[in-house]
Formats: sequence, C-alpha cells, structure tokens
Amino acid sequence: MTEFNAAKIARTSTGTRVDLVLVSQMVTRGAKVLDVGCGDGELLHLLGESRDVDGRGIELSREGVNECVAKGLAVIQGDADTDLGDYPDDAFDYVILSQTLQATRHPRVVLEHMLRIGRHAVVSFPNFGHWTVRLQLLFAGHMPQTDILPYSWYDTPNIHHCTIKDFVQLCNAIDVKIEKAVALNAWGSPLRLNAPWWFWNLFGEQGVFLLSRKS
Amino acid sequence: MADHQAEADLIVRDADRPRDALIASFGADRPLKLDAGVSLSPFQIAYTTYGTLNADKSNAVMVCHALTGDQYVAQVHPVTKKNGWWETLIGPGKPLDPARYFIICPNVIGGCMGSSGPASTNPQTGKPWGLEFPVVTIRDMVRAQAMLLDHLGIETLFAVVGGSMGGMQVLQWAASYPQRVFAALPIACATRHSAQNIAFHEVGRQAVMADPEWRGGRYHLEGTNPRRGLAVARMGAHITYLSDAALHRKFGRKFQDRENPTFSFDADFEVESYLRHQGITFVERFDANSYLYLTRAMDYFDLAADAGGTLAAAFKDTPTRFCVISFTSDWLFPTSESRATVHALNAASARVSFAEIVTDKGHDAFLLDEPEMFGIVRGFLEGARKARGLTSK
Repeated sequence: MTEFNAAKIARTSTGTRVDLVLVSQMVTRGAKVLDVGCGDGELLHLLGESRDVDGRGIELSREGVNECVAKGLAVIQGDADTDLGDYPDDAFDYVILSQTLQATRHPRVVLEHMLRIGRHAVVSFPNFGHWTVRLQLLFAGHMPQTDILPYSWYDTPNIHHCTIKDFVQLCNAIDVKIEKAVALNAWGSPLRLNAPWWFWNLFGEQGVFLLSRKS
Repeated sequence: MADHQAEADLIVRDADRPRDALIASFGADRPLKLDAGVSLSPFQIAYTTYGTLNADKSNAVMVCHALTGDQYVAQVHPVTKKNGWWETLIGPGKPLDPARYFIICPNVIGGCMGSSGPASTNPQTGKPWGLEFPVVTIRDMVRAQAMLLDHLGIETLFAVVGGSMGGMQVLQWAASYPQRVFAALPIACATRHSAQNIAFHEVGRQAVMADPEWRGGRYHLEGTNPRRGLAVARMGAHITYLSDAALHRKFGRKFQDRENPTFSFDADFEVESYLRHQGITFVERFDANSYLYLTRAMDYFDLAADAGGTLAAAFKDTPTRFCVISFTSDWLFPTSESRATVHALNAASARVSFAEIVTDKGHDAFLLDEPEMFGIVRGFLEGARKARGLTSK
C-alpha cells in the first residue's frame, strides 16, 4: 500500500510531480543523497538526471524496491523506522523523506536520524491543516479523505498526520534549523513567500522543508 | 567394483585434464599462498570463457560457481551431458550476454573439474593428492582467481557474479580486491557460514567418511570410491537447497510407480526416489574428497573475523557497487543474512541495492527461472554499464 495517491499530485508540463521538482531544487548539484521511502524511484531518477546526484534509496515495499533496482537505481528494501540506525553519521549530504513522514511510527526519531546521517534533510508531507481537511472534520464530522490521501481511517498507512504548524513545532523541539520552507497549493504553485505560517497552514496542501542541524 | 574403479579413474582424469575447458598453469615461480600457511605450487586452474574481451579490457565478468558447480556454466557438461548450470542467466539475450561481456568461469581451487584439488595428481608423488592436499578457504579460491585474471592480462572486472558459495567468492572478491571489482552481485549467500550450515556440512562429511570405501581419503589409490557416503551427503544437502513448500508441491506424499505402500524400506515415496536419484547422479561427476574440502572452505568463511570483527571494516571505502539478492523461502541463506550484509555495506557507505525475491523454490531458486531476479540483475548491470561508460559500445 502506498502512502498516498501520486496520480492526484499536480505535475509540471513535462509530467514530473511538482513536489519532487521542488525537493530536487533544494539539493545541490552532485550531492550524495539518501531517499527514505523512495517508492518507485521517481525522485531518485529525477535527482540523477537533473542534479547529477549520487543517490541511494530505502523502500519498504518489495515491489517498489525491485522496480527501482531493475531501473538501475541503488535501492534497498528496508524500514525508515528501524533501519536508519544502521547508517553512520554524516554518510550523506542530504537525506530526503518525501511524502513518507506521516507513515512512520516515530516521526521524531526518524527526523533525528535523518539529520545525524545527513548534513541536511528535506521533508515533504501533506498538510493536514489545509482548509479542505479542516472543513471535512468540522462540517461532515468524519476523518478527512482527500484526493491525495484517499484512505479510510481504519485502513490507512498514514498514522501520524501533521500540519505545517505541527511540523515547525517539531523542528523547534529537536533544535533543527529550517533553512527553507515552501507550501504548495492544490495546483502545485508555491504560496506567497512572505505569507505568515497561519496562511500556509490553511492554504498549503503540501509542505516542503529544507532542514539542517543548528550546531 | 570394476565400474567403480573406472568411475574413480574418470574423476582423476577430469581433475587433471578436464574436457572442453581451458587450463592456466602456474609454475614454481607463481605459487598460490594459502591461508593454511603453506603454498600450493605448481597448480592449475581450469576455466571456460564466453564472448570477447573488448579493446580496453573493461567488459570482463567473473562468474563464481557454487559448492557442487563447476566451470561449465553455459555449455553442455562433458560428464552429465546436461546444459550449463546457469544458462538461465547467461546466453544470447540473457542478462549476461556473451555479445556484451567477456565471461570467465573458473573451477575453484579444491574442486575436481580441472583446477588443482584433492583428486588432482600431486606432482611430487605422481599420485592423487587425497587428504595430502592442503585445506583451502574461500579467500584462497579468490586469490587463485585473481592470479588467473593476471594471467589473462585483465586488470579489473566489470562484474563478479555468483550464488551460494559463488556469492561468498563475490563478497571475498570485493573485500580482497576492491579496486579490481566494479560491480558485485552476491546472490543467496552470507558473509559467514552459520552454525546450522556448518552442522549440515558436518553431517555430509561424516556420511562420506563413514563409508568404508573412503579408506581414510585414499580411495583413489586403493581402487574404491565412497559412492554411498557421498550420495547420502548429497541427499541431505539437497533437502537444504529446497523448501518444504517446493517439496510438497513437487512430490507431496505421492507414491513412486505404485498404488500402495510396500511395507518395506524401498523408495515408496516419489520424494525418496528423487533424492536417491540426486545422490546417484552426483557421485558420477564429483569427487568425495573434493566435497570435504569445499564444504570446509565454506565453513571457515567469515569476512567479519578477517576484518578484525567488524563486517563494515571489510568493505571500508569500497568503490564497488553491490546488488545483493535473497529469496523468501531460502532457509540455508535466509534474507536476514543478506540484510546483515547490506547493513554492513551501508555502514561502509557502499553503493548497494538489495532485493528479496518472492519464491517457494528455496535456496536453489538462484539457479532457476526467476524472471524477477533476471529483471533485477539486468537493471543493475545496465546501470553499472552506464556508470562504467560501456553503453556506447
């Protein structure tokens, strides 16, 4: 079961997912990158083609892994919650968690590992503070389902939803520096840069964060 | 008895002069230094090749065989007349295509198909070595293969590929000669032999040694052959290469050529008949002492111990790219072993891929028609070809 419905995420004119383009633009050219929860390898492929990165991936689903390896990507079958501990400190320039944070059992531990293994972390996630989500709970009175997150509460792999505001709080709690943050609306366009957090939290469908260690 | 003598003579003949294979001879000036602390000299390696070495010698692929394999990887076996043991993977249009690669498959040191081993003639005595042959390790096998590579004038291998004991050699290649291996494909193997696997091997060895025809390993000299012992060893080992599900699917509790049990110890069940056949055909092509030596080599294999106790240290700063493959129903080299290898490679910051294939065929799956495995091997090699700059040719 994939964590989200990738077909419903906005794409560029060349057919690439806008959130992945945004993530890839946060990575410096030629960097060494670990993509945690790399799915079918779309981001790793994009990073290799457009940013010339040395990319590795971890993916939980066997189908995803085998598809990636058959594409020539360096991907292993593994679990973000249990396997990040095996990586040494500073092994990568960037560790990416794309649309996977909400499916981890221990998001805080995962984030801490990411910034131990890599000097930078890039995290993208669906914002559960988006107005459409809020309205479903407020007026319909049931757990929200969206195009991107179509699951019922009882069979969803997404067990730790958060809002942009929640995520910023977690970053503060574990003393992580937010280098850059972008919120995308439902059409895949970035929201106004100078907008306050509450605005992003209400109108951003996706949050994409570039993080680094404070010390 | 005469038949057994002829069979034993044939094994000695193939051990010295294998049919349909090339021989590289290493004289007194090029001894093989063994982990046991002695040197083997002179010695020889039998091997086969497929395809053509390109001008810059960058397309060589070494295929390492498993315990009871040999160099006849992609051609008819001169003794059994069966197809090559990995023709599912190697051949025109296959992931390892001789049109692209120069494929080298050597018989391991300690084997019995033309590389120096216990069935070979000891040049000092003119008689088969028997147990006088020094005990060899996986590292010795790979050291000898590196000498073969020197002999062929090839500096680096584009890839080293192997399953089971062959996979151990692949890992040893990457650990011993990281600069000579661009890509490594260890399949259905581990970085050390487990206690359970050593235990199975010991049962096999004891079966051979319990056969009165073994004669303390001197059967070649005494005109006997421990056929029964070796056959039992093979039968036991063969079970470990399959799985409960595969045995059930293939044989279930079906009777062999009969409707009812005979209330005797005949091979009533199909599975018994099958195992007996496996045992009998094995002794026609394999030397009993060689079986002792090669199982021992696997038992001694422990890459972490060689690297001071830390597995990751065995692969420190490795430039090699790895693709580790395991099979869900393999209980001889379970996925957990491959995962440990992958963790160590990650800790060494190696470029590693790892895939587990779903199959009920057990350990032997690596030799069988597994389209998902072929897709992964093909994809991994394609990626490596691009990185190596081999694609334009």
